Amino acid sequence: MKSLAELAAIRDKMKDKVVLREGTSDTRIVVGMATCGIAAGARPVLAAFVEGINNEGLASTVTVSQTGCIGICQYEPVVEVFQPGKEKVTYVKMTAEKAAKVIEEHIKGGKVVEEYTYNTAVNA
Amino acid sequence: MKELSLNVLDITKNSVKARATLIHISLVEVGSLLTLTITDNGCGMKPEVLETVMNPFYTTRTTRKVGMGIPLLMLAAEQTGGGVTIVSRHEEEFPDDHGTTVTATFHTDHIDFTPIGDMVSTMETLIMGSPDIDFAYLHDRNGARVELDTRQLREVLGDVPLDSYEVVQWIGDFLREQYSAE
Repeated sequence: MKSLAELAAIRDKMKDKVVLREGTSDTRIVVGMATCGIAAGARPVLAAFVEGINNEGLASTVTVSQTGCIGICQYEPVVEVFQPGKEKVTYVKMTAEKAAKVIEEHIKGGKVVEEYTYNTAVNA
Repeated sequence: MKELSLNVLDITKNSVKARATLIHISLVEVGSLLTLTITDNGCGMKPEVLETVMNPFYTTRTTRKVGMGIPLLMLAAEQTGGGVTIVSRHEEEFPDDHGTTVTATFHTDHIDFTPIGDMVSTMETLIMGSPDIDFAYLHDRNGARVELDTRQLREVLGDVPLDSYEVVQWIGDFLREQYSAE
C-alpha cells in the first residue's frame, strides 16, 4: 500500500526542485476546463499534457495549467500555448493523442502543428 | 457528460470560484441509491441567486450567457428518478458559517444512470488546478471506503506543493490502490 512515509520521501526529494521551478517557466500551456471543455473531453487532454511534459523532463521550462471558458465552446477541448515573444497559438478539438504530437513538434521542436489550430479549423 | 465524475469535476469548480478553502466531496452508495454531496466553505449564494442557478440561462461566466453545470447535473440525476438540492449560506448574512452544499441522488439500477467513471482523474485534476485548496474525498460503496484528505498530505509535505507531479502521481496511486483493494 501507498504510505505517508513514501510521501515524505517524495517531499525530501522535491525540496531542491521547488526552488528551481520558480520563475523559470518560459512556455505556458493552458487547457480550457469549464463545463464546455470538460464535456468535450478536456480532462484526458490536460492529463496527457501534464504527463508528457513531465516525462520529457520539460517541467522546469513549461507549465501546464487550467482555465475557464475561452469562448469558442464548439471547438472544445481548446488548448492555448503562450511563449515569450511569440503569438499565442490556439489548438482546437484536442485529444490526448494530439497533445502528444503538440509536445513533440511544437513544444520540443518549435514548429506549430498547423492542422490542429483554430485558424485552420475556421478556414476549413 | 459521459461520466458522473466529469459532473463532479465541473460542479466542484464552482466551489473553487466561490473562493472555498475546504471542499468535501462524497459519494455514498447504499444498495442502488447513490448520493453525491459537494460541500464548500466558499462565499455562498444569496437566495435570489440560488433560485436562478438551476436555470441554464444563469451563469457566472463572462464569455457568454449560458451556464450548464447545474442543469447537466440535474439532468443526470433526474433521468434516474433522483434529483438535486442546493443549500447555500451567503457570506454577508452568515459571516462565520457560509458556503454551499450541492446534493444529488441517483438510482444506479436505472437504465439511464450514467456510470460514475474515473473519480481518481477528477480528484487529480481538481488538486492540480487548485493546489492551495483542501479537498476531503470519500467514496463509500456499501461500506467499502476510499478516502483522501489533502490536509493530512499537507502536514507531511510541508512547503512542497500538492500539484508537484510526483505528489499528484502518489495521490492517483493512493486512490487507485484503495479502489482495487475492494
